Amino acid sequence: MRDMTDHPDLPKPVSRWFATQGWQPHDHQLAMMQARGDSLLIAPTGGGKTLAGFLPTLAQACAGPPAGLHTLYVSPLKALTHDIGRNLARPVADLGLALRIEDRTGDTGATQRARQRVDPPHILLTTPESLALMLSYPEAPRIFASLKRVVIDEIHALAVSKRGDQLMLGLARLRQLAPDLQVAGLSATVENPQALADFMGGAEVFHADPGPAPDIAMFPTVLAPPWSGAGGGYAARDVMRAIAAARLTLVFINTRAQAELFFQALWAVNDDNLPIGLHHGSLARDARRRVEAAMAAGDLRAVVATGSLDLGLDWGDVDLVIQIGAPRNIKRLVQRIGRANHRYDAPSRARIVPANRFEILECVAALQAVEAGELDSDGRSGLGALDVLCQHILTLACAGPLDADQLFAEVTQAGPYASLTRADFNACLDFVATGGYALRAYDRWQRLVLRDGLWHLRDPRAARDIRMNIGTIVAPELLSVRRGPRGGAPLGEIEEVFAASLSPGDTFLIGGQTVRYDRLRDMVVEVTPQPDKTPKIAVFNGLKMATSTELSARVLALIGDPVAWDSLPADTRDWLDLQARIATLPRPGTMTCESFARGGWWYFALYSFAGRNANQTLGLLLTHRMEGAGLAPLGFVATDYALLIWSLEPVRDPAPLLDPEGLRDGMEDWLAGNAVMKRTFRAVATVAGLIQRNLPGARKSGKQATFSTDILYDTLRKFDPDHLLLQITRAESMRGLADYGRIEEMLRTRPRIVHSMPPHVTPFAAPLMLEAGRIPIRGAGQARLLEEEAVRMMREAGLHLDEDCAI
Amino acid sequence: MTHLGFQFQGQDFVARASGALFWPVEQALIVADLHLGKSERMARRGGALLPPFETRATLERLSIDLEETRAAHLIALGDTFDDDIAAHSLASEITALCARVQVTWIAGNHDPGPADLPGQQAGELHLQGISLRHIAGESFDITGHYHPKIRIAGQRLPVFLIGRQHLILPAYGLYTGGLDWQDPVLQALVPEGRAIVTGPRALMLPLPPPAQASARRGKWR
Repeated sequence: MRDMTDHPDLPKPVSRWFATQGWQPHDHQLAMMQARGDSLLIAPTGGGKTLAGFLPTLAQACAGPPAGLHTLYVSPLKALTHDIGRNLARPVADLGLALRIEDRTGDTGATQRARQRVDPPHILLTTPESLALMLSYPEAPRIFASLKRVVIDEIHALAVSKRGDQLMLGLARLRQLAPDLQVAGLSATVENPQALADFMGGAEVFHADPGPAPDIAMFPTVLAPPWSGAGGGYAARDVMRAIAAARLTLVFINTRAQAELFFQALWAVNDDNLPIGLHHGSLARDARRRVEAAMAAGDLRAVVATGSLDLGLDWGDVDLVIQIGAPRNIKRLVQRIGRANHRYDAPSRARIVPANRFEILECVAALQAVEAGELDSDGRSGLGALDVLCQHILTLACAGPLDADQLFAEVTQAGPYASLTRADFNACLDFVATGGYALRAYDRWQRLVLRDGLWHLRDPRAARDIRMNIGTIVAPELLSVRRGPRGGAPLGEIEEVFAASLSPGDTFLIGGQTVRYDRLRDMVVEVTPQPDKTPKIAVFNGLKMATSTELSARVLALIGDPVAWDSLPADTRDWLDLQARIATLPRPGTMTCESFARGGWWYFALYSFAGRNANQTLGLLLTHRMEGAGLAPLGFVATDYALLIWSLEPVRDPAPLLDPEGLRDGMEDWLAGNAVMKRTFRAVATVAGLIQRNLPGARKSGKQATFSTDILYDTLRKFDPDHLLLQITRAESMRGLADYGRIEEMLRTRPRIVHSMPPHVTPFAAPLMLEAGRIPIRGAGQARLLEEEAVRMMREAGLHLDEDCAI
Repeated sequence: MTHLGFQFQGQDFVARASGALFWPVEQALIVADLHLGKSERMARRGGALLPPFETRATLERLSIDLEETRAAHLIALGDTFDDDIAAHSLASEITALCARVQVTWIAGNHDPGPADLPGQQAGELHLQGISLRHIAGESFDITGHYHPKIRIAGQRLPVFLIGRQHLILPAYGLYTGGLDWQDPVLQALVPEGRAIVTGPRALMLPLPPPAQASARRGKWR
């Protein structure tokens, strides 16, 4: 029998190090050591994924320090790079390796960044955006020439977004600069590992032992969940007790506003003053760092967090995860449970607290799905986005002149762009160089010019703007919140839309405290803390969560099957009964809908349970018909379960609206002028570099400088409807929509329309009223609203329009 | 009723939904801040290549306004051209415009210097006891420069601000942002009076407007 501490693939010092830790290398860690080409590791959280990614680097370093940059680690989260840096430091020190490890993110100071360009560390920890930025420097070939390994963490999270496309394009460039590069992708459990390997441009897939099944259940509470609401405040006392009984608890909640509220509710019942922290993306960076550090040091007993802590941070001693509110998709739930245990041979303990009675259904359905080992399918097609390619071309042009043929060959090495046509590539290059307009207006002022067969930046000063625009996350405009009049302490950030809804004197929650809105100055929200006040407004949008289609199908099945109600708590059954009494319970195979009035507007709710894409498409189709019928629709919101439309006139007979005959007539124009398209266009135009990102501090006055991208969209539509960016916008919007054929099919197969007119908001409709992601309709209803508002104001001010005066 | 009549300094005016102002007694059409050639200026500086159609779109609208009002005199209240180079590259369009009506170009901060344009140029103009200039100064005047906007029923729209001393026009150009009417600078110039919202049609509001219905309805919308 060979020595347990001796592994043929590991250098002696590394084997000994494992032994001193009392650890055995996992099989998948050893397998990753042996891999000769690119590899993809699928492992649950706590499976030693990161170590598996770095072991080859550590092993090679045992033979002596590498020359120059050796390993590049890329993760989707800045917080992760810090965390990894901390975790790596220990084995590196234990092994006595002379390795310099540094991180390079948006938070890295200018001096350090400049130094890294001249003298890069051996291991560089970074994000896709920072990597793209580094690739834009003329020094990039020198920095990356020595590179041997790239480790991509949480690759499953990157693969579903444009950030992944950008990273894969960056990787294709790295392979040019360092031809014998080896890439390791690290992923949580996913439905289709092969698709992820293809995304990497091909890789050998390794699977870690999935570990024991998680211990996951509903959280018992003393009080029943409320009828609606999403905060989970009713369970605060129960959660507090659980925190006291555990070593370290992570409390996950779906949005930032909810996290704030729940954090406050917990402190209100924190009789023992247990140390509890708050962590979410709207908090100031220093505040987040403090919580991360306190948690790593073991100073906290619980952290209330949103998605900002969602990916694989290793916090060590977490022994309980509490999820407040229904986990909107199954994968997210499983990944969150992963957080509960560092040692993956012991089952993870996780408890779900439904926030309202509707969510009980979702929770029960989610638990059934976890038990059945079901995962949601991955939501994105494998084709790389063209706006990202446009940005990539600009980025590389900053580093030096480009050869179109070579660049095309390079780009098609990237998994998502493997099937890119030369025509599409040329269109992107043309857009970047000339604007791509049918009217060749910029002959003299092209952005890129062809000289001696190579594409050059015409004006080298443009590189600065291009670098500032790097990145594919188009977040809502954020305003920073500060205490006091000038230069007070930063408390966090809120969305501009939310800030615009505030009047002086309004109170809201941020950073766990209630503050009063005083004024907006130089794009900074100035506030005064109001310690003892209950906040007047608690709703500011966090990220919008989509429930998965799989989960909604399970929920409908549960509602439609009274026998299965036995698995539901008594109060949930009462709640279903109430919905049945004042309106109708949706049943599989029907189109169940209801109309009710509230606050002067009419609401039409349709429970299709057909998934968000289908409901969004239905929203566009039905509002079009309602506009034609003079019902003056004002907007709609779609979830996986339902569609809610609000209008000035009621829907009394839904049958003509839902008639599949002639559904598409006149849709072309309606769709093109729609807010869904305009929203998509804004993102596409920003990523492709048509408009400059608004950077904090870059727009001091907010005066005449910026104008709406809607104007650009309308102008392009009118004068150049086939422009590349409009093509990308259409393709991308359609990705979020179901095709009409499927909708017509659904309407035909479900001819039974069940409509009721309840006297007020129904139990099922209440959560829809609070849903984020509303889409306004700019039609006759909006015009009427404007007019009525103007007339009302004039009347209220005691004025009237002189009829003779009007022309 | 696409357009609205009102009085300023005892004179009758018509605010057009397009953002142009018509002065019947002078047979004059007044526009502010056309910012012609903005996309080209951005491109020249190495910036993004915006859709190069805004000049055409703006001139088309202007042509319709001239035709409908049968104005004999066009007064542009400055920032007509995003810069002097833009004015030169638009020579043929400008010549055509000047052949059609009498044109007065008032200097703005983007186009202060005299370019060799057809038509008349002036720092300011005085008609019927009212000054016409780019930036509001000594009353009484009709001006542009600030691109005023107002938020109503969930939309942010360009607006005429009509006070006792100052009448401020919205920007007529396409690629122009705006300054909220509540901005201290604008509030100091027009503390009270009327606003006329432009867009699909002209709508009159009192200034300052009473609390908006949307604000009273509750925050959740």
